Amino acid sequence: MEFSLESISLEERRELERNVFMGTLEQLKAWARSNSLWPLTFGLACCAIEMMGTGASHYDLDRFGVMFRTSPRQSDVMIVAGTVTKKMGPLLRRLYDQMPEPKWVIAMGSCATAGGPYVKSYAVIKGVDQIVPVDVYIPGCPPNPAALIYGINKLQEKIRYEAKTGKRVTGR
Amino acid sequence: MIRTEELLLNVGPQHPSTHGVFRIVVKLDGEVITEATPVMGYLHRGTEKLAEQLNYTQIIPYTDRMDYVSAMTNNYVLVHAVETMMGLEVPERAEFMRLIVMELQRVASHLVWWGTYLLDIGAMSPFLYAFRDRETIINLFNELCGARLTYNYMRVGGVKWDAPPGWIDKVSEFIPYMEGKLREYDKLVSGNEIFLARIKGIGKYDAATAIDYGLSGANLRCTGVDWDLRKAEPYSLYSRFEFDVPLGQNGDCYDRYRIRLEEISQSLRILKQAIAQFPSGGETMGKVPRAIRPPAGEVYTRIESPRGEIGCHIVSKGKAEPYRLKFRRPSFVNLQILPKLLIGETMTNLITILGGVDIVVGEVDC
Amino acid sequence: MSEEEKKEPQESGTAEAGEQAKQKTAEAEADPEKAAKLKAAAEARAARAAAKAAAEAAEAAEASAPPAPSPKQPELDAAAALIRREVADEALEEVYINELNGHMPTIIVKNDYWRSIAELLKIENDLTYLRNVSGVDYETHLEVVYHLVSLQSGRELTVKVKADREKPEVSSATPVWATANWNEREIYDLLGIVFTGHPDLRRIMMPDDWVGHPLRKDYEPLDSEV
Repeated sequence: MEFSLESISLEERRELERNVFMGTLEQLKAWARSNSLWPLTFGLACCAIEMMGTGASHYDLDRFGVMFRTSPRQSDVMIVAGTVTKKMGPLLRRLYDQMPEPKWVIAMGSCATAGGPYVKSYAVIKGVDQIVPVDVYIPGCPPNPAALIYGINKLQEKIRYEAKTGKRVTGR
Repeated sequence: MIRTEELLLNVGPQHPSTHGVFRIVVKLDGEVITEATPVMGYLHRGTEKLAEQLNYTQIIPYTDRMDYVSAMTNNYVLVHAVETMMGLEVPERAEFMRLIVMELQRVASHLVWWGTYLLDIGAMSPFLYAFRDRETIINLFNELCGARLTYNYMRVGGVKWDAPPGWIDKVSEFIPYMEGKLREYDKLVSGNEIFLARIKGIGKYDAATAIDYGLSGANLRCTGVDWDLRKAEPYSLYSRFEFDVPLGQNGDCYDRYRIRLEEISQSLRILKQAIAQFPSGGETMGKVPRAIRPPAGEVYTRIESPRGEIGCHIVSKGKAEPYRLKFRRPSFVNLQILPKLLIGETMTNLITILGGVDIVVGEVDC
Repeated sequence: MSEEEKKEPQESGTAEAGEQAKQKTAEAEADPEKAAKLKAAAEARAARAAAKAAAEAAEAAEASAPPAPSPKQPELDAAAALIRREVADEALEEVYINELNGHMPTIIVKNDYWRSIAELLKIENDLTYLRNVSGVDYETHLEVVYHLVSLQSGRELTVKVKADREKPEVSSATPVWATANWNEREIYDLLGIVFTGHPDLRRIMMPDDWVGHPLRKDYEPLDSEV
């Protein structure tokens, strides 16, 4: 049977995804993805030390399935931890582009969210969302490891919600 | 015939070695490095320019974020510089609190260095042990000043918070616990043959080179030069305590490793003496005018941070903001010797040598 | 009597003492002996106040007299004499002691002689450790400050070299102290001072294609919204 995938339009695809069988499959995929988020180690500044502390023995991240991968080709989520400077911006974009779909970005700390204490500086990009689309913002300077774990949990919820309803969270 | 070519490799700003955003462009001939050029500035946040619009108390949080692994010593260098300029007296209890906190911070910083250095070399467990012990120290700091990493604890003329009741006892309980752990870590790592083969004899330099390059901290003392600012130009209350300064002989990575571990036990020794001499009462802030305006002039003060000599050069015109504030960062100066050390080394030794220098990129770039 | 009453609260400074004094003066009016004693006490107080005023005046006179010479002055003189002898007489612009900084000897040298002075200081004066190089932007000129120390004796020296704003040039100290290499690159990057004789002068902190020198007082960022 000749069936070409390009002939399915976007609405038809959405229709397909919403039917019972595909919907459950989507939810299963989302459950699997959310429970094994592999971040790219992108620690830039002080927030990196808190990220390392979260991955260490006291606040273990391994129990959430979060294993730090060093290569962008093998990671799902990019946790931007620290200040993004204008020199680093193009490289951050390049690393984001190298990640395979589906991918998410967590902006950790106030420097990645909006420039942080360095918002008046000549060399700092005021918020990483000027370069990459961000899914979860975690405030703090640096955020407590518990806050980082809460942010990762929020991302997991978001992945599952988007798969279940087919809606994007920001449209809510 | 086999034709070989030189390969230009970029050890890029994002790399798994946990030192942060630092880039080295190496020219390789097979596995051997012929030339290495460090490129930095990926974390240059412009602290010095921002400081020209803020008054001194507002700059203290920015100093935390420069060398984020040992934030208390950074706080101290700025506060000490302003107090030197204004000739302020710091009450004894505040000075004791500062010293205890700085020595605890030295232990925590060396633990981070130890854990991440061994992680780079390939050992996974010391990282977890180091961070577990660091959590104990960080919880102490959390109780004291409310923050885990960037404390903003010291103020011009004293410290902001006094020790909560029972805090000093917790510190004195921590000391024997840490001493026991140090012995355990020594047994775990230092006799390991693979570790010794990877570290001994790597990255050697002699005393004259070290002095010429302006190295400080363990990088200078590994060659045998006895220059520790806590003893050579004493500041705070260090002249009251007895402690040794560990020295090396060969100037290689193993000596630096041993010196830093030994410095942890010396810090614990200072802490024991400090707690024994801790004054039971007293003020935490001296007599400080409401607006902190140092007289016009300039000053350069320096202290011994876990990485080396950190200095603060302030040019003041008598206003509440500094006219020019420059930090002499030890990681920036210590890193200059890297291109010279890397010539003729293999790629595996690059990570060993870089880790042995103990840099924090927030400090390299300021 | 009224004078005494006025003086009592001023001298004692507390309300209770003032009231006690008023009581005493009331009693004294009744008792002439006590009045005599009070008068003597008042005179003694006046004498003490006069003595205090005289002491303050003497202190003020002392302060306006030249202060005691600094303990580091002989070091500074020896260094200055060495430079004048070996290099040139007009190489030194100014020589002073920076009292704020723990009496640090400071010399300001002319750029033409800085290189030879640097070698002299390293070899003859044993100032082998260059701790810090800073650049400062005073609005009229730029300045580079070198902090030197001798590890053997603990002696310190600060050297300043001035450069003018239009075409700032300072001879590089890198051939003398290798640690000046990156420090001078940083000052070039952020302040725009060109170091002649530097082996590799290029930007270190800002990206290579950055326009302008950020730490100057008249720096305007081109892209302030990003």
